[in-house]
Amino acid sequence: MGSDDAAIAFAPMSLPLFPAGADPGPSFLDMLRRVSVPDEGRSETRRAGSVGHERTVSGTAVQTGNAHMAGVAHGTTIVALRFGGGVVVAGDRRATEGYSIAHRGIEKVFPADRFSAVGIAGAAGPAIDMVRLFQTQLEHYEKVEGLTLSLEGKANQLAQMVRANLPMAMEGLGVVPLFAGYDTRRRLGRIFSYDLAGGRYEELEYHATGSGGRDARTTVKLGYRDGLDSHEAVELAVKALYQAADEDSATGGPDPLRGIYPVVAVVDQDGYQRLPDEDVAERFTALLTTLERPGRGARS
Amino acid sequence: MTMPYYVAPEQVMKDRAEYAQKGIARGRSLVAALYGTGVLIVAENPSRTLHKISEIYDRVAFAGAGRYNEFDQLRVAGVRHADTKGFTYSREDVDARSLANLYAQFLGQVFTHEMKPLEVEILVAELDADGDEHQLYHIAYDGTVVDEVDFTVLGGDSATIIERLSSSYRGGWPLAEAVRNCVAALAGPDRTLAPADLEAAVLEQGNGRRTFRRLSNKDLEQLLGPAAAAVSGTSSHDGQEGQLVRAADEPAPAGGADQQPEPARDDPPTGG
Repeated sequence: MGSDDAAIAFAPMSLPLFPAGADPGPSFLDMLRRVSVPDEGRSETRRAGSVGHERTVSGTAVQTGNAHMAGVAHGTTIVALRFGGGVVVAGDRRATEGYSIAHRGIEKVFPADRFSAVGIAGAAGPAIDMVRLFQTQLEHYEKVEGLTLSLEGKANQLAQMVRANLPMAMEGLGVVPLFAGYDTRRRLGRIFSYDLAGGRYEELEYHATGSGGRDARTTVKLGYRDGLDSHEAVELAVKALYQAADEDSATGGPDPLRGIYPVVAVVDQDGYQRLPDEDVAERFTALLTTLERPGRGARS
Repeated sequence: MTMPYYVAPEQVMKDRAEYAQKGIARGRSLVAALYGTGVLIVAENPSRTLHKISEIYDRVAFAGAGRYNEFDQLRVAGVRHADTKGFTYSREDVDARSLANLYAQFLGQVFTHEMKPLEVEILVAELDADGDEHQLYHIAYDGTVVDEVDFTVLGGDSATIIERLSSSYRGGWPLAEAVRNCVAALAGPDRTLAPADLEAAVLEQGNGRRTFRRLSNKDLEQLLGPAAAAVSGTSSHDGQEGQLVRAADEPAPAGGADQQPEPARDDPPTGG
């Protein structure tokens, strides 16, 4: 329609029309590649990622959490677990730069769309950027196609984005998301974990990622059973985050002084719902009373 | 020896306009009107999957009349433009006016430079985030943009529909009344349109970040009231129009009551 040839480079803010043979379809990423968006770094990275980088993850053993670069904020613990009617996703609020706390109130759990949530651990900048791109992609697909992607389709999309970030991950700016959502076709909650290279693995019960992930996983493991209800699942997630914060210096615990509490979200057949802070605070208070053992710090 | 033939530019433009108008007139019309809490768009469209009305962005909707493939391509371009802009800058920076201008530019360009003009008329509507200065941009096949007040009609029989609607239009009317009157205006005095013949959507405050919401056949049945529900099975019924138009005093049913709850924090993450 009116276009002369496929090689037209569109100015970013003109009407992005493509000739029939070169239409990017519902992919926001492909479209961005064709429309020259003023963000050279992004497209460079993506190109390198898609061509296939020479170095591999196993070769250099880069791990989020220990490859902290000075001046780069890192996000830490995210935990997700399934319950009868959906999933619970929770994340602490701390970002660190090396050994200091960069932010106390950063949020690392986001709605990806109405029926899914994404939590991020790793370099905060690229991670938040990735979430923004992911959210836009899901909504873009939905609007262009008039249908939502399947949950597995969404998980695969995210895997591609993580893979495209591999060159940056090799520089120490790795992003490891945790994706969870309610599969409206299968009518159950599902969890997908990722590695730095974009490997995508479905978790059948629970998963946790980030520097405190190991501690969180152990806590969930001890309390997990089939057929939890959403209330119990939230309780377990809160407990896991508390234990992670207790063991890992990069994970923030509840902060009643400032009124900062972890983000806890439930995704079920009604969609993504973030629990109100008061609710989360209440659960932490309840948890602390069960853990209270005064006098342990005394000498004699 | 052949003579290079000359056609006056006036004639060329006239022919193209006529061609486009004919093409548009073959399709069915659609109406967009402001109501108490938002913007209503109703189209006569028996298809449930090939939409004439669509979401472009959080507060922006699109509607097209005329050739489906042509306006659908424009719709997708609009979604792409809006998503790119929102991603590059911020969600708040996406607006209907700039999109309407882009459409106008493109339609005008095609109208003057291509063999065949686009046989479409399109509407770009925006819900005002904090107030009732909603915007309706009506863009014609030749790129003419009209910033409409209150309501607008796209498609073939627009003159008569405008006439019918201007006699019944009332600023700030509730959704149910707006739907009834718009449908009555689309149908005319000799027909009744059942929910299955219609496609309708609203841009409405209180739906969360994404204000676009399609009205299902069930919603329409409710909004059109018992009179329409009674005739929805039968194809024709007359003498109802007057009553339909007047009997519209009850408030609009709670719009999003049966909707999925919107994500509590649906904003894209910022900073951090």
